[in-house]
This record gives sequence, C-alpha cells and structure tokens, in this order.
Amino acid sequence: MQQSFVQPEFRVKIDYDKCHKCGRCVQQCGWGVYDFNERPVPHDEKCRACHRCVTFCPAHCITIEKNTLAFRDNDNWSTDARKAVWKQAETGGVLLTSMGNPKPYERIFDKLLLDACQVTNPSIDPLREPMELRTYLGRKPDNVEIVPDGNGGFKLAEGAGVHHNIKLDTPIIFSPMSYGSVSLNVHRSLAMAAERCGILMNTGEGGLHEDLYPYQDNVIVQVASGRFGVSPEYLQRGAAIEIKIGQGAKPGIGGHLPGEKIDREVSATRMIPQGSDAISPAPHHDIYSIEDLRQLIYALKEASGYKPVGVKIAAVHNVAAIASGIVRAGADYVYLDGFRGGTGAAPAVIRDHIGIPIEIAIAVVDQRLREEGIRNQASIIAAGSIRSSADAAKAIALGADVVAIGTAALLALGCHLCQSCHTGKCSWGITTQKPELTRRIDPEWGAERLTNLVHAWSHELQEILGALGVNAVESLRGSRERLRAVGLDEQTCRILGVKPAGL
Amino acid sequence: MPYDLNRYDGFAPANFREESPFKIHGGCGLMGICDESGALMSGEVPILAMAVQRDRGNGLGGGFAGYGIYPAFPDHFCFHMMYHDLRAKEEAEAILDRHFLIEVAEPMPTRPVKGITGAPLLWRYFMTPHTHMLEERDVSAEDYVVGVVMLVNSRVDGAFVASSGKNMGAFKGVGYPEEIGHYFRLEEYEGHTWVGHNRFPTNTPGWWGGAHPFTLLDWSIVHNGEISSYGINSRYLEQFGYTCSLGTDTEVAAYLFDLLLRRHKLPVELACKALAAPLWDEIDRMPADAAALMRSLRAVYGPGMLNGPFAIVLGFNGGMVALNDRIKLRPLVAARSGAVIMVASEESAIRTVLPAPDEVWTPKAGEPVIARVAGMEPPFHSQLHASPAEISCAMTAVEAACHAEEVVA
Amino acid sequence: MKPASIAPPAGVIEGYRYVAPAVECDGATVRMDAQGVYFQQLNDAVREEIASGAKLIRLSNVNGQRYIGTGLRVSGVKIEVEGTAGNDLAMFSDGIEIEVFGNGQDGVGNTMSSGRIVVHGDAGDVLGYGMRGGSVYIRGDVGYRVGIHMKAFEKLVPVLVCGGKARDFFGEYMAGGMLVLLGINARDDSQPIAGGFLGAGMHGGVIYVRGSVEPWQCGAEVAIATVGEEHMAELRPVIEDYAKAMGMDAEDILSQPFTRIAPMSHRPYAKLYASM
Repeated sequence: MQQSFVQPEFRVKIDYDKCHKCGRCVQQCGWGVYDFNERPVPHDEKCRACHRCVTFCPAHCITIEKNTLAFRDNDNWSTDARKAVWKQAETGGVLLTSMGNPKPYERIFDKLLLDACQVTNPSIDPLREPMELRTYLGRKPDNVEIVPDGNGGFKLAEGAGVHHNIKLDTPIIFSPMSYGSVSLNVHRSLAMAAERCGILMNTGEGGLHEDLYPYQDNVIVQVASGRFGVSPEYLQRGAAIEIKIGQGAKPGIGGHLPGEKIDREVSATRMIPQGSDAISPAPHHDIYSIEDLRQLIYALKEASGYKPVGVKIAAVHNVAAIASGIVRAGADYVYLDGFRGGTGAAPAVIRDHIGIPIEIAIAVVDQRLREEGIRNQASIIAAGSIRSSADAAKAIALGADVVAIGTAALLALGCHLCQSCHTGKCSWGITTQKPELTRRIDPEWGAERLTNLVHAWSHELQEILGALGVNAVESLRGSRERLRAVGLDEQTCRILGVKPAGL
Repeated sequence: MPYDLNRYDGFAPANFREESPFKIHGGCGLMGICDESGALMSGEVPILAMAVQRDRGNGLGGGFAGYGIYPAFPDHFCFHMMYHDLRAKEEAEAILDRHFLIEVAEPMPTRPVKGITGAPLLWRYFMTPHTHMLEERDVSAEDYVVGVVMLVNSRVDGAFVASSGKNMGAFKGVGYPEEIGHYFRLEEYEGHTWVGHNRFPTNTPGWWGGAHPFTLLDWSIVHNGEISSYGINSRYLEQFGYTCSLGTDTEVAAYLFDLLLRRHKLPVELACKALAAPLWDEIDRMPADAAALMRSLRAVYGPGMLNGPFAIVLGFNGGMVALNDRIKLRPLVAARSGAVIMVASEESAIRTVLPAPDEVWTPKAGEPVIARVAGMEPPFHSQLHASPAEISCAMTAVEAACHAEEVVA
Repeated sequence: MKPASIAPPAGVIEGYRYVAPAVECDGATVRMDAQGVYFQQLNDAVREEIASGAKLIRLSNVNGQRYIGTGLRVSGVKIEVEGTAGNDLAMFSDGIEIEVFGNGQDGVGNTMSSGRIVVHGDAGDVLGYGMRGGSVYIRGDVGYRVGIHMKAFEKLVPVLVCGGKARDFFGEYMAGGMLVLLGINARDDSQPIAGGFLGAGMHGGVIYVRGSVEPWQCGAEVAIATVGEEHMAELRPVIEDYAKAMGMDAEDILSQPFTRIAPMSHRPYAKLYASM
C-alpha cells in the first residue's frame, strides 16, 4: 500500500524513566496503539486520545500531545479539509465519524443568560423550601372538567383529567442509545439510574434486553425504521413508545450496525441473525406522509393499551410545521434533536452540515404549538447537546418540558469524546461489544455515576429556580421573560422570543 | 360645567394608555370587606383600612371598588369614565349615546385634595342598552357592554373606561388611597362589598387608569406582590387569545380568573387551587379522588400557576375572594365579625374597621377566603361570551390588545 | 354597619397623624395614648422617656404602629402595649422587655439580641427571624416561617415559645437556641400543630413540640425523638417561665409527652457540593 499522506493526529509520549514496564497500557488500549518489547512502544497513528492508558498508567508516565506539524497557513483550506481530501483520495470512502457536531457554529445557549430575583420578589431557598421538579410527560386536556362529588365538593368528571402521562421526578431523561451501538452494561447502568432518579432511559432502536425487564417502567421503547426487537411484548413492556423518525446527528439518513457487532445477545435482543448487518432504512417505509404517521401512532397505541407514544425528529428547517403535524397526528410528546446531537456512527458531511440548533427548534416549536392552541396536547423533549444544568434550564425556559442527555450520560461513564464509536473498539467499554472491553463498565458503578450526575444537575436546577423566585419547574417552562441574550442578532432574538440584555 | 383644560397639563397624552413591553415591578397593600348579610358600609370603611396601611404604598397609585353603591340604579350599567380632554369626552359620549339609553350623565363628584394633581376629566353614566340593538345583534347585555367598552377604549384616543358594572364602580388614580378616596368623596357611598389598594410601583406608566383595581363588568381585582412566573403565565394566556400588554401581574391574574371561572367554568375554590397549587407532596398525601383531581388541575394549569409572592382580592357583585400564594410569601390577614368578612395586608387595617372581631386568622397559603352576600349570583358572568382578545382590549384599552382582533363596531 | 360619621370628613382620612402622643407621667411609669399616632412620633416619645429615666411605659390604643421597641439597647425597662403591635416589634432589640396585650403582626423579635417579649395573643409570619438571644413568648397561633435562622452565640441562647399552632417552615435554617410549640391556645382544633418543612435546613439548636409530629412535616435534616428525662431538665424551666408569664399551669402543659427535633448534623450540606 502507498504511504498515507495523513500524518498521525496525536503523539503518544512515554517517560521511560518513570515507566514500570508493567504493560498496563497495552492491556487498556482498545485501539492497539501499543506493542510491547521490554517496554511499551506506541504507534501514534492508532491513538484516538481517549486517555484510557493515561488514566490507568500506574506510573503516570504517559502523555498524549497534539501532533503540531506545521502546514502552510490557509484560512480557506484548513488542515482538516486537506486531510479529508487525502483520506478520500486514498480510500474512495464516505468519511465516517461519531458523537456530535464539533464544528464552531454559534452556540446559542452560551449567549443566553438567566434572570434572578432582587427585592421586588424574593428568591427562594432551594435547599430548605419546596422546589419542585416533578414533570408529567404526555398529552394534557385543554381544561379540567369537574362534577359535584355529592359532599359539597368536586371530583373529576368521568374520563376527565390527565391520563397516560409519565411522572418524572426531574425533567432530565436519558436519550436513546441502542444496545448494539452501546454495550449491555451501558444499558443496564442507564436503566438502573433511571429507576433510581425517577426518570426514563430509552432503548434506542436496538430492542430491550431481558436483563432490563425489571426496569421497564422507567424505559421508553423505541420503534425505528429497522423495527429491531419490536414485538407486542416489547411494546407492552415500555412506559412509553417512541417512533424514531430522525436523529440530530444524521437527519434524513438511516443506520448501519455492522455484523461484527451483532453477537449472540445483540442478535437475540434485536431479533436478527447473529453476524448479519443491522440496517435501518432512512425512512419508515410505512410513513411517507403525515397521515401515515398518525396511522402508526394509533397502531402502537392499540397494541400497547394506549401508552404514550412520542415521535423523535431531527431539528430541521421546517421543524415547527412538522412538530405541529406530529401533535395533530396524536403524538403525546415530540422529541426534538438538535444538530449537535450525538451518534454512534454518521457520515461526517451529514453530521457537520445538516440541521438547526436545538435552541431555535425549541423556540419555534413551542411558539407554533401555542399559536395553534395545541401546546398542551404534547410535551416537548429537547436534546442535541445539553451539556449542563444551565443548558437544561435555558432549554426549559425556551419552552421544553424535558431535556434528554446522551453524550453527557456517556461522559459520566468514561467517554472522552474521541469520536470513534463507529470503530467498535471503545477502550472505555461503552460503544463496543467486545467482552474484554464491555466488562470495564460495572453496571452498579455506572448507575451510581449516572445517578450522581442527574442528582447534581437537579440540585443545580433547583438553585436556578430558587434564584428565579419560583418553586416549581412549570413556572420556568416557556418563561422566556426570564432569559436575556448577549451578542445575538436581532432576528435570532426575535425567533427565540428573547430580549437582549438591557431590555 | 366649564372645564379648564389647562388643569390637565401635567397629563401627557402619550402616557394616557401606555403599553409596557416590560414586566412592571412593585409591591403594595390591599384590603377587601364584605357583609354577607348584604348590609351596606360607608366608603369611609375601605379608606380607613387603607390609610393605616399607607406605608405599604408610595403615592403612585390608590384605588377602590364598591359594590351595591348605586341602589337608585341597580339595573343600569354604570360607566366610570376617564377623559384626557373634552374632545375625547365628546367622541366617547357619541359612542355611548349610540349604544345606550343614557339615564344620567354627570361629572364624578370629587373635591380638591392637596397632592392630587393631573386628574383626567372624570364622568359617570347610568345607562341601559338599546333593546332593539341587543335583539338585532342577538347578544347578551354583558357581551354588548364589553363590546362598547372595547370600542371606546380602542377608538377614542384619550378615553378610558374605569369600570362598567351594575351597581358598582371603581374609584382610582395616582395618589395615596386615602387621598384618592377623599378626592372621590367615598364617604358619600355605601356598599356591601369593598376592595381597596395601595400601590408601590417601582416602574410605573403613571396614569390614572393604571391604578388598581382593574375591572371589567362586575369584576374588580387588586393585587399585592410580584408574580415570578409572569413570563409563562402571559404566554399561556396568549395561547387562548388574551393579550398581556400592560406588563402587570394584575392583568395576568384578571385574565386567569376569566379563563378559569368564566370560560372553563371551574368553581372558585378549584380555580384558586389551580392558581396557587398545592405542593406535589401534599397532593400525594390526599385521598385518591382528591389527588386525581388536584394532579390533573396542576398538570393542566401548571403554566397558569401564579408562582412567587402574591395576595389577590377579586371583588364581584355579591362578594369577594382573597387568595395567597402557595407558600405564603405575601401577608394576608382575615377576620370575621358577625356577617362581615374582611381581609387586609395587616391586622391593624382590620382592627381600624372592626375593633373587636369575632375571630382573626392568617389564611393558609393557597386557601382562598371566600365571602358571598346571601342570595347573590356566583362570581362569573354567565351571559358573557366575549373572546379573550376582547377581554384584553376591554380591560386595558392598550392599542396592541385592541388590534389583536378587529373590534366590531 | 353605619357610616362612621355622617358629617363629611374635614380632610383626607389619615391612618395616622404625625403628632406626638399624649403622655402622662407617674414617677418612673409613663402612659402614652398611641391612638392614631404615627410610628415615628410614637417611638421618638418612647425613646425620649427612656432617656429621661422611665422604667415602665404603657402604650394604649396601639394599632399597627411599626417598630415598637425596635433597636432599643436598654435593660430594666419595660414597655406594655395594649392593642395590635405593628410589624417588626422589638426588631434588633437588646435587653428591653415588652408585653403585648393583643396580637403581634409580622416580624416580631426580628434579629433580636436579648430581652423578653410576651404577646398575649397571636403573632404573624417571620416571628423571631435570626433571633440571637432573649426570649419571646406567644400565647396563641403563629404564622409562617417562625424562628427562621435562630442562632446561639457564646452565652446568647434565644428561646421562643408559641402556645398555639404554627404554619409551614417552623424553625427553618435553625442554627441554635430553643423553639417550643405547644398547640394549646389554638384557634382551630382541626389543624395539625405545625405545617410542613418543620426544621428544614436545621443545623443547630432544638425544637420541642408538645405531642407529636409526622415525619412528612419535618425537613430532611432533622431527627425526631421522644423527650426523655435528660432533656426535660432543659425544657422544664422554660415551660415554667412561660406558664408564669401567661398565667397558665406549667404542670398542665408538661402533662403530655413532648417530641424533640434536633439536627442530625451541623453541616447538613457538606456532601452537596463538589469543588470545581
């Protein structure tokens, strides 16, 4: 083979004076960076900078550096752009990558600031006074019909009130990540954490492994175009059912889980033969239009005893109209995935150039549903790079009912965002099915870390609510009056429904 | 009666009906009193109650509403009008004349009070709708009146309807409440129900119409505190077609009552539970039926829940409702003395009026104090079918609200 | 109800007049008629008389005047209030004794350092906020947020006894001193003795409740226990003093078991935070 023009991205440096020559790095690295010849010898070109070896080296003698080769300056032809051309010239392939869009598009969350109370209304102490995060996910009626209860009081009229809603203890849930793209231990960790936090995990499109049955009340089961693992039992086990139309990282395209990742367990869960590729078509071939979506929504309701059915879409240009159609088609929630959302594998050109920011999507969908008087008919779940409780609070203030976290959850489990999930060699044991790697995540340990994260963010949300002087999250939800923009243009402010700071 | 237009120089037309794009902040004091037997109390009673609470306001707004005050015209709609100038008066009167048989048109009885300046022209009218016009349009008298209120507010620059109910009226302006009460000669009125308000705005458009109470038909509303959930409350109301253009919590509270009581037909007890919802933990401890009802109320009306400190008194022909926020962040004291029920921000206000009440208590957070005059209707306008946009226009007279929907002449 | 006066009022009805109260001296005892006197003039007169050596000041016809006894740093002097004392009664006070024959409004004993307040009636919200020393005895019911952030400091140990029932947030953030809730002189028998969030955030001091409370009523940071002999030694003298001030029978009050509510930790939030 010809010599590649693409030089290694990183340099692995070992301080051999300190090195114990124990071989731990060789054993830890999933990418095969190290050979061992009396001492570890790194092959830089294989390194993904995932820091697994760095973290577990007992001598702390490994550092990973950027390969700072100088290129002739060219603002137009970035180094990455040149490398991409070389790679494609060498291989003829579509460039594949993972996790969310890393490009320097504007991050709107970072240009929004929250309000706080001073004098005219009091801030509320979140630690000692009630500070309610409980959220009901699902369709709500326009009003509450009541009848006299015969004792001088009132009760709900027959059939009135809120039904088929899911109680969440905090408005943060885990986003869909399929078993297959992530390991079973990751699924177990997510499910256990969801139960402990009173929230939901989401199967993604890879079916529900029987180990997760005990946690089924905290699980959203997903139905995607590949229909992997979808059976009446699957539908009846979930707390809610989600139709996956699209994903923020790769709107409009399907998926492809390579046969080598389809081991016995994945095969059984997805209900497909071992070793064969699991291909998700780009569209659902029973949904070519909105009325078909309605048909599928009601088929799922019929099959599940009228569990809540949500629809997940990627945030694209016409998202408001699409979401309105979804609500009118009978969905109990709309899941909006912004263009920075993560993925286990996607063509870089798709991930990096398609979709719109989640902030904009929340704003236009919430506003559109209000204008049409149907905002109460569905909840809005927002995802696509919720990086902190601050992002969550801002998303909720823009109009989201709930936020979903995927990348943040994986970070909690050790992910270092090396963007190599598609290789199936994740050294942290997250996005791999290799037994020697997947065993690196102990579900109990994983669940504790995820629970810690959700609890910490929930505490922070309570602190934010307290500063805002409200003691229930529904009083922040859609309250854009409590947001101000710094450095956003007038048009974007108008679309967001947020005033610039100072007004 | 000759009017010296120079007298109103301090009153800039631009400020007359000011729309605020911003949230207006402020604190306040309030009172409400109702004799459930229907016996009448002098207008001095609410003045006394507000006067001892003077320090709760800052002189930028005071006002009262009295019910049962016009026994000579119990079935006439009484419009209390504010005019910027004679032209506005002429134009507004032309509209009133077209729509009503005007029994009496007279200047509001007032007297000069030191410190009260910049008053608009204040007139009142006792009127009945032209029967043939009601029939032609096939509308209820209440719809008709709201339509005219909108028409005046939106079409006549410099005219504002301060109140429009039967056998009731609002008396409000820029000043301390005791000064405003004296200015309007309130001691000459007797009512079975009164509400009063003392305003402490930190940012005010400073116009007479902006003082409390807010009214529409028989309803009046006074409010103390700051609703921290204003942003979502106003967006929720906009979803139903209301236009929150004044940026005040009072406006939002008024629309929420209209939505819950009149349009969604909730009994006042449950409407109060929607606005000052019990905590989830409390709901979880309730018996199953009550918990299901409360859970639904809260889940459905969550965006309308008033979060943050407030005390509100809603007056209506036949009683009043006083409500506190759900964790009691604003003061409210209640008392009963025989058939009289009274609420105020401070106990001293109650004892000024009722020196030896049968009982005095602090209402529980979120639990309304309800007073009803025996034999009078419940507090919603059953014959009113106005849309939220029309309600907004009628209550605020702000241009943005009145353009929300084309007003039918 | 008839109008208070048939003749039109001479001027604007005033809640208070900005005039000095009528004062009547009898040796070291001073009487003042507070009827309609604005708080500034009333409190000026009180301060003046104390400076001139008055030991007992009797205020009659008090109704809502704020700040009575506020900021007074004096011992051996007593103020008697007849009527409804206004907001912030005895705020920041240090040593004064006040007895109210009537109700207190909001903010009684706010940030008080020492002294003694006895109210023969109810008291409103935020009673004893940040109280650092002295004692406050209330005969009847009290409102929301009573004894919030009471704290002890060196020899200063505040004591607040409420004879009736309390609303939510009793003893919130409590950092020291003693709060006692008796539930005896209550207006409404159907209400629980305390609302919710009792002792929420409590990290010092002790709360005694006559009878019992449900765990849901209490904050997460407290331990609930039945009072044993060892704690009666601390409670008994307080109850005896309270009973004497109120003309009640101490043994009667002590005839029922008490519940003791105390913090589990002086640092309840040590684990809440992670350093960045």
